[in-house]
Amino acid sequence: MALYSEKVMDHFRNPRNIGSMENADGVGEVGNAKCGDIMKIYLKIDDDRVSDVKFETFGCGSAIAASSMATELIKGKKLDEVMSVTNKAVVEALDGLPVHKIHCSVLAEEAIKVALKDYYDKNGIDYDETQFPNCACCDHHCHDYEE
Amino acid sequence: MKIYVDNAATTKMSKTAIEAMLPYMAEEYGNPSSLHSVGQRANEALTDARERIAKVLNCEPREITFTSGGSEADNQAIMSAAWLGARKGKKHIVSTAFEHHAVLHTLDKLAKDGFEITLLDVHENGLVTAEQVHEAIRPDTCLVTIMFANNEIGTIQPIAEIGAVCREKGVLFHTDAVQAAGHLHIDVKAQNIDMLSLSAHKFHGPKGIGVLYARKGIFLMNLIEGGAQERGKRAGTENIPAIMGMAAALEEANANLDANTKKLIKLRDRLIAGLSKIPHSELNGDGVKRLPNNVSFCFEGIEGEAMLLLLDDKGVYASSGSACTSGSLDPSHVLLAIGRVHDVAHGSLRLSLSEENTEEEVDYIIQAVAEVVAYLRSISPLWGDLLKGKREFILK
Repeated sequence: MALYSEKVMDHFRNPRNIGSMENADGVGEVGNAKCGDIMKIYLKIDDDRVSDVKFETFGCGSAIAASSMATELIKGKKLDEVMSVTNKAVVEALDGLPVHKIHCSVLAEEAIKVALKDYYDKNGIDYDETQFPNCACCDHHCHDYEE
Repeated sequence: MKIYVDNAATTKMSKTAIEAMLPYMAEEYGNPSSLHSVGQRANEALTDARERIAKVLNCEPREITFTSGGSEADNQAIMSAAWLGARKGKKHIVSTAFEHHAVLHTLDKLAKDGFEITLLDVHENGLVTAEQVHEAIRPDTCLVTIMFANNEIGTIQPIAEIGAVCREKGVLFHTDAVQAAGHLHIDVKAQNIDMLSLSAHKFHGPKGIGVLYARKGIFLMNLIEGGAQERGKRAGTENIPAIMGMAAALEEANANLDANTKKLIKLRDRLIAGLSKIPHSELNGDGVKRLPNNVSFCFEGIEGEAMLLLLDDKGVYASSGSACTSGSLDPSHVLLAIGRVHDVAHGSLRLSLSEENTEEEVDYIIQAVAEVVAYLRSISPLWGDLLKGKREFILK
């Protein structure tokens, strides 16, 4: 379909790192069912490095592709490098997303950061709060949904 | 397999329709307004098409106005009735919450001009009743506009009864019959219809052509000003090839209507039965009072666009009312109108059959949808939460 790039379709059809993880070191879930997309990222962390990553996504083709690509971008990376994986990097790696699908890449970035924060919280590691999404408004991009 | 099951979006043109069009492109290309014989032959064709379409609808040829399609016809019907109403100080319109946007957005525009709009509840089964219309009509009601059959969930409204209520109350009745024409019997006299919109490409005719039927004596307001075509009510040189294609397609569809209905209902019900076996899924809209070709389902725990893309890979071409496919933030207003909550409406799938589909294809679709739903559920954290009991199933 011309709606998406070949890269998006490839990651949608053959998502990398799909599934859940037992005893993950950090788990991040963003989005909600009402908005139509939820992403859940599981991190395994060894020596300040993402040694393994898994994801599950409820959402459209680009949501699945964006989460798949995001996991590829952080796999094996050091945690400070993971922090620099932005939604823009995800969009670029996918050879672009339609404008109304950009929020999928934002969700992917946030899911990673929420998972990382979960890891830091669980292990009592200090971090700069301002670098992480405020989870009370994790849905904001999703659409500024109003009841 | 390549299975097109998006016939509510548009249909493949029939050979009959294409053949009816060709001579009016290559040979009889005249302008019906021209005095010379080339033009007059085109004019004869126009007259002939108008008569044939009028016959199918059981109206007078002069009650037919050719438009660019269903949307234009809806706009013109509603704006005309509103203009007439406003002159008499009647600025109230009755409609339903799940009309096509060609109707709803026109009503929105009128609401900004001081009209009051009552949108009737269509209930969980996607049906309104004549009693609801009766109760909603007020002394200042100038129009009731209710679709013949819904484009997403296929439910068929009690048009003749609603028309009778409107007649009794002296209120104009318009119906958007875009999904019904060529698929259901239409008789504007017997069904008490004052105005009706239809579009050729929904019944194997060409795109960009439609009809507004307006009962004799109902004043039509121009949307397009210009020449004197269509009794001065719709300017612009008539699209003769498309009009000829539409007339041929409508006649053909009508001639085969009973046989097609019988065949389609069998296919439809086989498809519904097959898809109903998928756990935590539900048919949208009444199971019986629905178009012979419409199947619409919600599947819990997954999103519709992803479903469409995977079905496309399997050669099944369908549509969905999820927010992601609409390009807007909300899922289909039709699904919300029948009480589907957002979470579930995102996982909707519409399969609209044509008489060319076969039982084998239906069985293939059932299998394909079951596989796609199972796969997407397997990667969905929402589905995981439902299975673990962290969240309650909405579709039992």
